[in-house]
Amino acid sequence: MATIEQQAQGGNKGAVRYLTPLEIDTKVKVKYCRFKRNGIKYIDYKDPDFLMYLVNEQGKILPRRLTGTSLKYQRKVAQAIKRARHLALMPYVGDMLK
Amino acid sequence: MNHYESVFILNPVLSDTQVKETVKKFEDYLVSKGAEMIWKEDWGLRKLAYPIQKKKTGFYHLFEFKAPGEIISAYELEFRRDDSIMRYLTVRLDKHAIEWAEKRRKRVKSSKK
Repeated sequence: MATIEQQAQGGNKGAVRYLTPLEIDTKVKVKYCRFKRNGIKYIDYKDPDFLMYLVNEQGKILPRRLTGTSLKYQRKVAQAIKRARHLALMPYVGDMLK
Repeated sequence: MNHYESVFILNPVLSDTQVKETVKKFEDYLVSKGAEMIWKEDWGLRKLAYPIQKKKTGFYHLFEFKAPGEIISAYELEFRRDDSIMRYLTVRLDKHAIEWAEKRRKRVKSSKK
């Protein structure tokens, strides 16, 4: 029994370390859909400067999990970017765009 | 009648008069088929994001018009027949897009003045 108590105490000592909060930033940044928030209803393919915010350095369309765009608008974003690419307003493939 | 918008890229080797003639040709074609022109815009010579037909620049033009849906396929065929057109895109505008296009027209008009 004694050994078990000792073990338990030892275990408690080990557990104490974790009772003090670790300094990890656990707050999740709340994502929001910029189109819903700003009341943008139509995403214009003729405006490549704006669409550049929604692609990465290689010109790939950024996923929703990074931009926070809602599904409804992500579809429109994708459509607009593809149209802009067709008209050579945006590159299909790029390097160091930003 | 649907509301359409089309953007096309003309070959940069054309002279100014040739560009005007071609634009006029497409405008006349649309009007002759019963379309109603709403807005024309010349973006001028722009750099392309990637080369098309080994050209790095092109003359961009924008048309906005109301037309019956049946003429669009023939209209796009005209684009394909014309060698000086490097790219074209015709899209139907929904109600949000029409709203946006009106705002855009006003902005362009005010910036020109």
